Amino acid sequence: MKIHEYQAKSLFRQYNVPVPNGSVSTNSAEAAKIAEQLGLPVAVKAQVHAGGRGKGGGVRVAKTPKEVVEAAEAILGMSLVTKQTGAVGKKVNKVLVEQGVNIKNELYLSIIPDRETATITIVASQDGGMNIEEVAEATPERIIKVSVNPVTGIKGYHLNQVAFGLELEPALRKPFSALLKNLYALFVDYDCSMVEINPLIITGDNGVMALDAKMDIDSNALFRHPDVVQMHDPDEDDPKEAEAAKFSLNYINLDGNVGNMVNGAGLAMATMDIIKQAGASPANFLDVGGGANAEMVENGFRIILSDPNVKGILINIFGGILRCDVLASGVVQAAKKVKLSVPVVVRMEGTNVDEGRRILAESGLKLIGAADLADAAKKVAELVS
Amino acid sequence: MSILINKNTRVLVQGITGQEGQFHTRQCIEYGTNVVAGVTPGKGGQSMDSVPVYNTVRQAAEQTGANASMILVPPPFAADAILEAIDAGIDLIVCITEGVPVMDMLKIKNYLAGKKTRLIGPNCPGIITPGECKIGIMPGRIHKPGGPVGVVSRSGTLTYEVVHQLTALGMGQTTCIGIGGDPVNGTGFLDCLERFNADPETEAVVMVGEIGGNAEEKASAWIKANMKKPVVGFIAGITAPPGRRMGHAGAIVSGGQGTAEAKIAAMEESGIHVCKDLGSLGKLCKKVFV
Repeated sequence: MKIHEYQAKSLFRQYNVPVPNGSVSTNSAEAAKIAEQLGLPVAVKAQVHAGGRGKGGGVRVAKTPKEVVEAAEAILGMSLVTKQTGAVGKKVNKVLVEQGVNIKNELYLSIIPDRETATITIVASQDGGMNIEEVAEATPERIIKVSVNPVTGIKGYHLNQVAFGLELEPALRKPFSALLKNLYALFVDYDCSMVEINPLIITGDNGVMALDAKMDIDSNALFRHPDVVQMHDPDEDDPKEAEAAKFSLNYINLDGNVGNMVNGAGLAMATMDIIKQAGASPANFLDVGGGANAEMVENGFRIILSDPNVKGILINIFGGILRCDVLASGVVQAAKKVKLSVPVVVRMEGTNVDEGRRILAESGLKLIGAADLADAAKKVAELVS
Repeated sequence: MSILINKNTRVLVQGITGQEGQFHTRQCIEYGTNVVAGVTPGKGGQSMDSVPVYNTVRQAAEQTGANASMILVPPPFAADAILEAIDAGIDLIVCITEGVPVMDMLKIKNYLAGKKTRLIGPNCPGIITPGECKIGIMPGRIHKPGGPVGVVSRSGTLTYEVVHQLTALGMGQTTCIGIGGDPVNGTGFLDCLERFNADPETEAVVMVGEIGGNAEEKASAWIKANMKKPVVGFIAGITAPPGRRMGHAGAIVSGGQGTAEAKIAAMEESGIHVCKDLGSLGKLCKKVFV
């Protein structure tokens, strides 16, 4: 789960990771008041879950009270388009007003788990403020990576490897090491899947400070972070995906026209692939879980049909422990409740499949049976073309 | 022969008195698995059907000689359950639980290093040696005992689909392992492939991967250098958009890494017979294996 910059910075403060003074606001009058308290100049920063905000016009520096109001008014309500948002952009509802700081140098610092080596990896670079993936591509020698064993935790030599690797001036090593140690503690304590500071700045008076803050928290660990759950911003969710999540359905909206409903994530991905191979395009990913029941299928139908691009639906269910006849009854029940406005192809396989197919055929509904996966994909592709 | 489990495996179930625990324990027993004990703290001395329940894994293992554990506890308790089984000296742990935090798995993976215990999962369907022993939530009846095919996969229902196709075409299985869909898991493709390679009864292997990470690429390189048996491969997620988690916590393409295209290319380069259309996987196996 991603959180906003201002939320991440509030956690940074708790962990003694230096950040500029600032406060969040939803209107320009309040923004002006915050700026007055902080003292000018200030930075006014759009609070959306997307990188590249500066380039998209979502970050402005204001030197006078009038400029603060202008900046806040320009940013609040705008649809911010960056590399990461897509063409539609993201609507900005909050700005962070932050004290201007004297920047001497910009660094990059992040912490991520490494799935391959089961370690926690610190990534740092002297090339702060730039797209780190581009830096890694063009000048890999400018990237420092230090792996920490999560059982023994971060030690002095890890801090040294990063600090000396960044060729920091001697006076900066101590404050930098303290920052990194605290950031690592935050990363572990909050079950992060990513913490990124870009740029990490060296200030005019030889201090270090997180000018930006990105945090992504492992959704599986939210049960032990009620404070993070409170930080969830529903404005950042896709409405259909949020609706699906309410029913424990795993839904991702895509731009095709074949809706599909599958039990199990791997089979769902494979079903999307086979739709594409048949010449159509998937409108979504929808995993109704290994043990799909009538209620889940019904909710799945509703969510798929709320996408106006959907011209046909493919249901692909492998009946394992949950038998095909039970699943078929569920599909029929759900289809009767939901007004089906598009053709539905059902491919069912597994235990008691003949009984399941009979139930579908005798339902009186326009459910189109398929002999196998390839047949199902071909049929649905023909129906939407 | 088979790998990791057989008819002599003695299984205990952690979380046996929960709803899922009861249901799947019964399914395993019905299949023929030798379930010798259950563990639920505070319910020691009771029994689930005729299976004795103990308060701790250590007690259960000492009393019954259990050497494998199936874990069906909610995610907040999964790490605790895994560590308890490791410390009790259990040989094989199969953690079915979905939703275990990555941080817990990072620590467990490091704790496991050098120990005799093998962990399968979490977030997996489990492992089955058809006709002998099933430790997991997969439907037993779609499997066909006797080999010659070994199956290893990151997915649940996708594996059932594959197994079903093999069985329908008369190809039995030695052992089928779901290694799970999480980014950090106990057992990877390599561990399974090495064992299949050494198992005289396994004559061929089906390997089912998906987007995210680079486990398939590493396995492919190993196969090219070491595998003596034909391998059919499949990768799910060609159409998955980058940056999105596709159901499984580990199924994500990030920063251009972990794409289906790269995995398929690595497999083909290593001499793996890659199936690009799931519907024809069984037929391809028949062509390659028989």
